[in-house]
Amino acid sequence: MNTPHLSLDAQIVASRGTFQVDLPLHAESGSVVALLGPNGSGKTTSIDAIAGLLPLDSGHVKVGGQTWADPHTSLAPQERSCGLVAAQHLLFPHLSALDNVAFGPRSRGMPRAAARARAQAELDILGIGELSGRKPSGLSQGQSQRAALARALATDPAVLLLDEPLSALDPTTRAEVRAVLRRRLDEFAGVTVLVTHDPLDALTLASQLVFIEDGRIVQSGSPAEVIARPRDPYVAHVVGLNLYRGEPTDGTTVDTELGPVVTGGIEHTGSSWVAFPPAAVSLFPSHPEGSPRNSFRARVTSIDVLGQLARVRVATPDGTSIIAEVTTASVAELRLHTGTEIWATVKAAEISTYPA
Amino acid sequence: MRSKLRGRAILIIPAALGMALVILPLIGLIARTEWGNLVEHLSSPIVWPAIRLSMITTITTLIIAMILGTPLAWLLSRSSGRAASWMRALLTVPVVLPPVVGGVALLLAYGRNGLIGATFFTMFGWRIPYTVVAVILAQVFVSLPFYVLSVEGAMRSVDSRYDKIAATLGASPRRVFIRVALPLAAPGIAAGAALAWARALGEFGATITFAGNLTGRTQTAPLAVYAALQGDLQAAIALSVLMLAVSIAVLGLLRGRWM
Repeated sequence: MNTPHLSLDAQIVASRGTFQVDLPLHAESGSVVALLGPNGSGKTTSIDAIAGLLPLDSGHVKVGGQTWADPHTSLAPQERSCGLVAAQHLLFPHLSALDNVAFGPRSRGMPRAAARARAQAELDILGIGELSGRKPSGLSQGQSQRAALARALATDPAVLLLDEPLSALDPTTRAEVRAVLRRRLDEFAGVTVLVTHDPLDALTLASQLVFIEDGRIVQSGSPAEVIARPRDPYVAHVVGLNLYRGEPTDGTTVDTELGPVVTGGIEHTGSSWVAFPPAAVSLFPSHPEGSPRNSFRARVTSIDVLGQLARVRVATPDGTSIIAEVTTASVAELRLHTGTEIWATVKAAEISTYPA
Repeated sequence: MRSKLRGRAILIIPAALGMALVILPLIGLIARTEWGNLVEHLSSPIVWPAIRLSMITTITTLIIAMILGTPLAWLLSRSSGRAASWMRALLTVPVVLPPVVGGVALLLAYGRNGLIGATFFTMFGWRIPYTVVAVILAQVFVSLPFYVLSVEGAMRSVDSRYDKIAATLGASPRRVFIRVALPLAAPGIAAGAALAWARALGEFGATITFAGNLTGRTQTAPLAVYAALQGDLQAAIALSVLMLAVSIAVLGLLRGRWM
């Protein structure tokens, strides 16, 4: 909208206590980068370092050619063009929604009337224009979070930092605000960095996924790439795939922690990932005869029923787990419960392999 | 049954005695007040100048405490280092120090031969002890720490994420202080101001040591009560009742926050 090219180029090396993050991050203007990872993996630390709330140990943060931080300089938070939204809306309780949103433009020197007009426009875009006169105490959770988004966007930041922006909302409100956010981000000219641990947020909002664990990137790529080929157990867990690593022993078999797995064929050399969707797993009460070449003896460890389908987690005797998606009817037929001994089978044709 | 009564008496008797020790003197004061002639007694020649001096000096003290103490409280509330701990400890000293000792300390700092008093005298010819300035310095010494510690508590309870959000929105530290910290801590600031003002109004020991007891010049209301006790008992009582009323009014202002 205003500035032509606002790419983010960062090498974030920062620490909190003994924990250190070392993270390269690159994004073009208009893109949304989702940072995913378990609690304590360094997502918020990275966001704070970009915003200038936490000093870099080394590395750099450059936005649109301007250096925000490197070993020689560090701009104060108020000198960086950043918008920040956290899980809690953190609206200033003594100001109306309008004055909250106008706070940023006013702080950056815009005259009062212009700042209020800008604020009103932003509230209108996010669908709460008619509530601009209310104090935060008079707004619902969802309305407050929209106002917080409006406040972060009203300064036309080069970088929008969203730190679990939807995690404190109830499911219905979350879906609503997610849709509003989706539409607004389409129009947004800057770079958005979205921290989340909700896969749905990442898949619906982000153009690039970056998975981090223990302060390091474990996998990054477009949502389609990551869903098709996870390269890390946590990533596989998020996208809902069974994933094992192993060494090929011939053209079709990979030796994994599950034991030898017969696949549809291996087209590379060296270590390999073996992946299959939960729906490809069938459960039998006894060792099945005939076609499936991959059968694993296991015990049921948990069952989650979702309408007609059930997610059954089973573990082999040495503790390796497999997730199966079966019909709720077959859970009843097989009389499955925690501890039931079953056989899990996967057809070779449904197993994909790619280099590790 | 009897042992239960006796068990309770062990608690009730000291509790009642404790209350009595606090209430009796107040009753004594009110009982001896000649309510009909109160205004007449208040117009005694030493009373009015003392009230006026107390008003001027305590309000000046409060303004100084707020202008200097509010930023100090804010900075302390956002600091966690060793230096901040030391500053907090130092600020607590005047709160627990016997006021007379404070007076001696002030004299040794600002007196004609004092630490900086000597410089003031040789360079500008200023003599601070036994002046209105000394009265105010004594009051600031005892009430500023009161103000800072109480306001710091209020500011510490303002979520620091608000300052961070404000900074990312482009607010300078000055703007964060004025637009975020002050409004959010306003009730705490008001309570701190009331406490500090009451403390300044009651100041006696440091004032009499450092500023003396000169009628019309350094004799504040508490000092005038003390002076009047030697001659005009009813004037002393009238002034005391007035100050009691003021104290109760301050308590009323703080009600709901502290009580």
